[in-house]
Amino acid sequence: MSDRIFGGIGLVLAIIYAWAAAGIQESFLTDEVGPKVFPWIIATILGLSSAWFLIKPDPDPEWPTWGRVAEIGLAALVLVIYAEALPAFGFLLPTAVASGYLTWRLGSKPVESVVIGVVTALGIYLIFRSLLGLSLPREGMELAIDGFFSSLGDLFASDPEPAPATAPQGD
Amino acid sequence: METLSNLGDGFLIAMTWQNLFLALMGCFLGTIMGALPGLGPSNGVAILIPLAFTLGLGATPSLILLTSVYYGAMYGGRISSILLNIPGDEPAMMTCLDGYPMAQKGRAGEALALSGVASFVGAFFATWGLVLLAPQLVKVALLFGPAEYFALFTLAFATLGGIAATNQAKSAFAAALGLGLAMVGVDTQTGVPRLTFGEVHLYDGIDFLIAIVGLFALSEVFVFLEHRGTDRDISTKPPTEVGKIIPSWSLIRSCIPTMGRTTVLGFIAGVLPGAGASLGSFISYSMEKRLVDKDKTFGTGDPRGVAAPEAGNNAAAGGALVPMLALGVPGSGTTAVLLAVLLALNITPGPLLFTQNPDVVWGLIAALFIGNFMLLAMNIPMVGLFTRVLLVPPRILMPIVAMISFVGIYGISGSPFELLMMVGFGVMGWVLRKLDVPLVPVILGTLLGNEMEVNFRRAVEISNGDYSVLIGSPLAIGLWTVAIVGFILPIVIGGRIKRRMHMSRDEEGSISD
Repeated sequence: MSDRIFGGIGLVLAIIYAWAAAGIQESFLTDEVGPKVFPWIIATILGLSSAWFLIKPDPDPEWPTWGRVAEIGLAALVLVIYAEALPAFGFLLPTAVASGYLTWRLGSKPVESVVIGVVTALGIYLIFRSLLGLSLPREGMELAIDGFFSSLGDLFASDPEPAPATAPQGD
Repeated sequence: METLSNLGDGFLIAMTWQNLFLALMGCFLGTIMGALPGLGPSNGVAILIPLAFTLGLGATPSLILLTSVYYGAMYGGRISSILLNIPGDEPAMMTCLDGYPMAQKGRAGEALALSGVASFVGAFFATWGLVLLAPQLVKVALLFGPAEYFALFTLAFATLGGIAATNQAKSAFAAALGLGLAMVGVDTQTGVPRLTFGEVHLYDGIDFLIAIVGLFALSEVFVFLEHRGTDRDISTKPPTEVGKIIPSWSLIRSCIPTMGRTTVLGFIAGVLPGAGASLGSFISYSMEKRLVDKDKTFGTGDPRGVAAPEAGNNAAAGGALVPMLALGVPGSGTTAVLLAVLLALNITPGPLLFTQNPDVVWGLIAALFIGNFMLLAMNIPMVGLFTRVLLVPPRILMPIVAMISFVGIYGISGSPFELLMMVGFGVMGWVLRKLDVPLVPVILGTLLGNEMEVNFRRAVEISNGDYSVLIGSPLAIGLWTVAIVGFILPIVIGGRIKRRMHMSRDEEGSISD
């Protein structure tokens, strides 16, 4: 049954894809094939394989209970909110909340989860931002950490050797 | 001779402190990733690509880091197979059969050491195979025109499911899905936007890195959420005592013929399209079982049953690099991810890679040799350290994996839109895995889609709109024949092989190699 539903969705997808490809505006400077033909070939394969699922479905997979599906949906939702929160709240707070939530749902005790979340966020920030210099979203807390490391870098800057880039300046 | 001098140049490139350090880091991280169930070679490399990219590493250093991870993961996969009876990744599945019984008899240390040696033998000689075979393949590939390339890409998709594929319609669906995603964005030939639905973010196309990290790494987190607390939850198993680590010479000597045979077999399986490391270890084990298992000791902790699949899968891992580097067409999931590394660095793989970027190719190969020795050194005396890593429970590990995925993608895009797409790919990956749709063709489709279309259009363009040019040369016809046979053969015999592979093991939820 799952495969039949999947095949149905696939067929609809193939039709939408072919229709969207038909809507591609041709430019006056086009080659022999044009921009539409290859997407149509793809849509055909998509459609044919979907039709095959309708005719000869595999046995159903073991679907999780609705509770577990909701669990996965909720986790995805948390990650969506996390993605949106990153530019607004900086790196540390959203990451601590999101990883805390995930570890709680994967079986950590509530208090443990808070600690794991905070440690994960701090650890990743220190390794990837302070050590490796990746660009991560920054607000008050993050700027304070970067400031600390750059002043630490200044302390060593009096050496004849240029100081290692412990804390990159800006992005 | 020329090959050897090239290799010598490669060693000069690889022997810088930075590259040696990256190889060491890669081997170390790779072994950990391979050992941890839930993180395999493909998703391990996947989450590291955006990082290597944003760190601003050059092409050769990035490749050295990531292929060291790849080799390391192949070594590491055996650790949890032997100690926990859970394969760290799919190619290590066969190692469970004799590795775990050996561990139960109190010979875990010996099994680990022996499999470390077997991994070394397999990987070392396969790297030599790569050195010798890849330049030959390049000579053939230089004869390819657009039509032949189009046929070759089709061949790669047709055989990717491998001989053990159960449902070719699902492989075809996955390939079409990936190719379809690759079409999104501005058409490279005519400059018109395609399938963007007016969304400006999509004009540049969908970055394949987002698809890879979402499908491979994030979907794994969802799989763990699904299985928490059930009997498939792996965090509850107690680890086995390791015992003495140094294997006796007589033990190793008794396995030498086995390692020799399975290295050759595994390498061939790796080079051939659609086989890959999983099948390499499987056929190695079955062949050895048939050849030397006179006392019916295989499956009860026979050391040769540990050496065979490990030599086989590491040799296959090396072999799989041959078509990836020489033709630009990967034959397995992880080499597809390595191809993504090349593309992300703006290096076109394929025969021209050897003439245009010989420093990249030979530096990489030299780094593989060095990495192999590092891995051997790491895996025998330090194996105790890696076994301790297994004690990190997934409930702590998986959130870290998810967060690092976000960090990597944020680093290359800097916008929430890409992160949202990645979450979307994660959910899609979970659903597709539930429905038994392979993920590797999706990835390969997003990677090769544009290249495939360009060759298709170029071929027809050159012949002034005559589509018959696609089957216009003997070489093209040969490739099409292999593609068609490779697609149909699994329908006939695939079910039987798959059943045998899983006869003694439940299918773990891991991604194929």
